[in-house]
Amino acid sequence: MINVIETKNLVKKFGDFCAVDDLSLNIEEGKITALLGPNGAGKTTTIQMMLDIITPTSGEIRIFGKPMHENREEILSQLNFSSPYVQLPGNLTVMENLKTFARLYGVKDIKKRIEELADYFEIRNLLKKMTSSLSTGQLTRVNLTKAFLNEPKLLLLDEATASLDPDIADKTRKVLKKIQKERNVSILYTSHNMIEIEELCDKVIFINNGKLREEGTPEELIKRFGHKDLNEVFLEIAREDDK
Amino acid sequence: MNFGRINALVIRHLYLYQRSVPRLMDLFFWPVVDILTWGFLTVYLQKVSLNGLNIASTLLGAITFWLIIQMFQNAAAVTFLEDVWEKNFLNIFVAPVKVSEFLTATAILALIRIFLVMIVISIVSMFLYRYSIFSVGIYFAPFIAILMLFAFSIALFNMSIILRYGTSAQTLAFGLIFIFQPFSAVFYPVSALPAIVHPISYLLPSTYVFEGMRQLINFGTVTSSDIYYGLILSLCYVVLMIIFFSRMFARVRIEGRLLKMDS
Repeated sequence: MINVIETKNLVKKFGDFCAVDDLSLNIEEGKITALLGPNGAGKTTTIQMMLDIITPTSGEIRIFGKPMHENREEILSQLNFSSPYVQLPGNLTVMENLKTFARLYGVKDIKKRIEELADYFEIRNLLKKMTSSLSTGQLTRVNLTKAFLNEPKLLLLDEATASLDPDIADKTRKVLKKIQKERNVSILYTSHNMIEIEELCDKVIFINNGKLREEGTPEELIKRFGHKDLNEVFLEIAREDDK
Repeated sequence: MNFGRINALVIRHLYLYQRSVPRLMDLFFWPVVDILTWGFLTVYLQKVSLNGLNIASTLLGAITFWLIIQMFQNAAAVTFLEDVWEKNFLNIFVAPVKVSEFLTATAILALIRIFLVMIVISIVSMFLYRYSIFSVGIYFAPFIAILMLFAFSIALFNMSIILRYGTSAQTLAFGLIFIFQPFSAVFYPVSALPAIVHPISYLLPSTYVFEGMRQLINFGTVTSSDIYYGLILSLCYVVLMIIFFSRMFARVRIEGRLLKMDS
């Protein structure tokens, strides 16, 4: 099995606070892997280190087998990122935003690519609208369209379905699953919705207080902890330190 | 350096001008208001005498060149702030964009804006006051180059501070330039300043432009070494500020503040 992401002894300290503590993990190619943990567990910091937005205090990050920082442009051109907490400029239309990012990623036939993805994510009717006028659900679909513009081999999705109603969230998961299967995209996914994780993810990595706690398939983890679902597993791991 | 990515960053900002009246006013209205205000004052001063000195050209030249430095740094800083205000920084830097490409795009946008502003103020000055910004002849190019390089170095300093301290420092983007105005000898010669501040004046590249412009208008000559000194000084400031920006960017990455610049 090929790993698209490997971290070795990754540490990130902000002053005295250790956000990520000796984290070594592997993300396998062609799978959807969940990175789970309670608030403040170190998920976002880990993802931002993988994106070279935050500099690790120590340790190593390899993506597609190459050290991230030294090969930043080559690696970033083959991956993409989406989070509802990172906005596209609201003062541009959806089309202008998508064209801008298509150009940044060096997409060849920009119009064709945007139209193809607009049909996929059902946003064709939004292309001429101002991004600031979109609803949360529409914004999520536009963000996902942006994330697929460069046909990424690896996608980092930080709480991609947060603030979506159950209907839109379900549609988004189905589209993600479909596009992942069709294009063999590796996805690293964070979410606090454990039902979603059970439905979507091939593998789960739990972290808490910046440390790796558990990893395995959702079924393996449920069995290992003797619980009925992943939500209970999450609660047990999250509350370990309270005991 | 990837010019496709630089082009993307430039076009992203040009989209905004299609429908933003305040942005169009920055280009076409406010510079004209400045030229009108100072121009009419100049006409008045010319009428009330001061024989022998070319007051109109001196003052209009000063205000025109000052507008260039002010607008260039303002354009560069606002281009940067647009991405801060729109929380777009993370999107840009998770794309394969280099800091050098980002800064080049910022400089190109400021150049485009200054080019348009210069066209507008040249036409207004010529039409209303019969003053041509090009009356400085072959010195126009080095004068403009010195002013734009110096303005860009100030903008880089502003951007670095905003990067480091967030939007609470954004008033610098609009105000810092005015600290340099009294020492740049914009409307009066350096000799009019107290001797104690002369060294400060001569550390500012803009001083050489305004002194040179006055020499040229009133005596028809410029000291060439002053032009070279102004150019070298402004280039040094740009290089220093690029290093400063890169260090601030690295520090922001260590502190994980790229997402939190609006706080």
